[in-house]
Amino acid sequence: MFSPTESPGPSFTDVLRKVGHEPFAVAQPSGPPPFEIRHGTTIVAIRYADGVLMAGDRRATAGSSIAHRTMDKVHPADRHSGVAIAGAAGPAMEMVKLFQLQLEHYEKVEGSSLSLEGKANQLSGMVRANLGMAMQGFVVVPLFAGFDLRRGVGRIYTYDPTGGRYEETDFHADGSGGRDARTTIKLGWKPDMDRPAAIELAVRALWQAADEDSATGGPDAIRKIYPTVATITAAGFERVEESEVAEAFGTVVATLSEAEVQS
Amino acid sequence: MSMPFYVAPEQFMKDKADFARKNIARGRPLVATVYVDGIVICAENTSRSLHKVSEIYDQIAFAGVGRYNEFDQLRRSGVQYADIKGYQYSREDVDARSLANLYAQYMGNVFTHEMKPLEVEILVAEVGAGPGQDQLFHILYDGSVVDEDRMTVLGGEAESIARRLEERFQVGWDLGAALRAASSALSGDERQLGASDLEVAVLARTNGRRAFRRVEPPEIEALLAPPDGERSEPVPDGERNEPVPDAGAG
Repeated sequence: MFSPTESPGPSFTDVLRKVGHEPFAVAQPSGPPPFEIRHGTTIVAIRYADGVLMAGDRRATAGSSIAHRTMDKVHPADRHSGVAIAGAAGPAMEMVKLFQLQLEHYEKVEGSSLSLEGKANQLSGMVRANLGMAMQGFVVVPLFAGFDLRRGVGRIYTYDPTGGRYEETDFHADGSGGRDARTTIKLGWKPDMDRPAAIELAVRALWQAADEDSATGGPDAIRKIYPTVATITAAGFERVEESEVAEAFGTVVATLSEAEVQS
Repeated sequence: MSMPFYVAPEQFMKDKADFARKNIARGRPLVATVYVDGIVICAENTSRSLHKVSEIYDQIAFAGVGRYNEFDQLRRSGVQYADIKGYQYSREDVDARSLANLYAQYMGNVFTHEMKPLEVEILVAEVGAGPGQDQLFHILYDGSVVDEDRMTVLGGEAESIARRLEERFQVGWDLGAALRAASSALSGDERQLGASDLEVAVLARTNGRRAFRRVEPPEIEALLAPPDGERSEPVPDGERNEPVPDAGAG
């Protein structure tokens, strides 16, 4: 039990340090790792009428082989925000776990939630703390989105490996297939899209990314593996049912095959 | 050379206990009882921001009476302990029993070794997977722990409040019935407590991972209103889960 003057306050990472547990892996003074590390790939966030939508493919790769087919890259950060991850899978999952705990810990100790901007800044600090590891190849690039209850709007924040934090106005995509996904969204995005349109656009962007990028997984109808899609609105973080995502894929496949036939 | 006055250990301990008991009794009491969906904790507290009841972890809540700064520090330590344990092991491994033991050790230590004992009584409550599996740990200023599975009262006049609550206690009662009984047990015969005098929170099995929820004044008011033809018999199974009037509508 900490005395009042030594109490680490509402920061969970500070609590961990205080009990002698360094929350972030410390970089070793050597070159890149002598082994293949697992990578997560394409993640997107799109603003729409009710708030924000986040989505991510399910594939993790290690070098040129597929390491995992059902990885979830979109996670709830707390009730009204979500975090998606691209990059080295190990440190990324750890970062998500710490980030979720950090927000919950603050909320419980202080009795109120952080502002959305405060949450985004917290994540920025965590990415920065990973810089040493990033220099050795363990890059983690999260995407943070949430519903700002004080302003009543959905907001999207992107990061670079040094912890730089940038707010996007309408949409963003990151990871190895991020460029292709971004182009697709750019062409299809309209202000105040409704929920089904936003889901379809996200799914289409992920399909295009998978089409161009070998590290991004496409829909797997045989194993019934579809991207993770979640919405964040005034009602909170909510996973979109797999059946609904499969249906959106059906629509995308139909329009794409039609285009194929015509060309 | 000066010689310290000799004080018999019995006297010394008794003085400390009297001091703690007297100051705890001055504060306002708090009751906790199980109901069909979990545990309801009801405190007499007019402040809307200085809470006596708070969340510790997924299924665990904390409540304290007595000196605010002392039990609030205990609360923070509890959150830290639970979050560290859940991070290092798993969320399932965080339980009220080990937290209650930790508190008991600490409070016992302070009672024996420090000049001034803690002037608080605390409650660590954990909602179980089903009815009958809820746990209430009541920890006293000297570190003694009382383990209850139906109800407990903290603070001054605990005995008479507990007696009044015991009289009305029913297995499997709903939130409204439990809260009405808790509020009238706290108020006694001479006065009436309203929604603005109470701080209420529940640990409900129906709330998902984080079971803790504060019950806000409009909802308290709706729950305190006696239902049509105040029932005195246990509610039949089928009617038990009456929808609670929506707090936002008030």
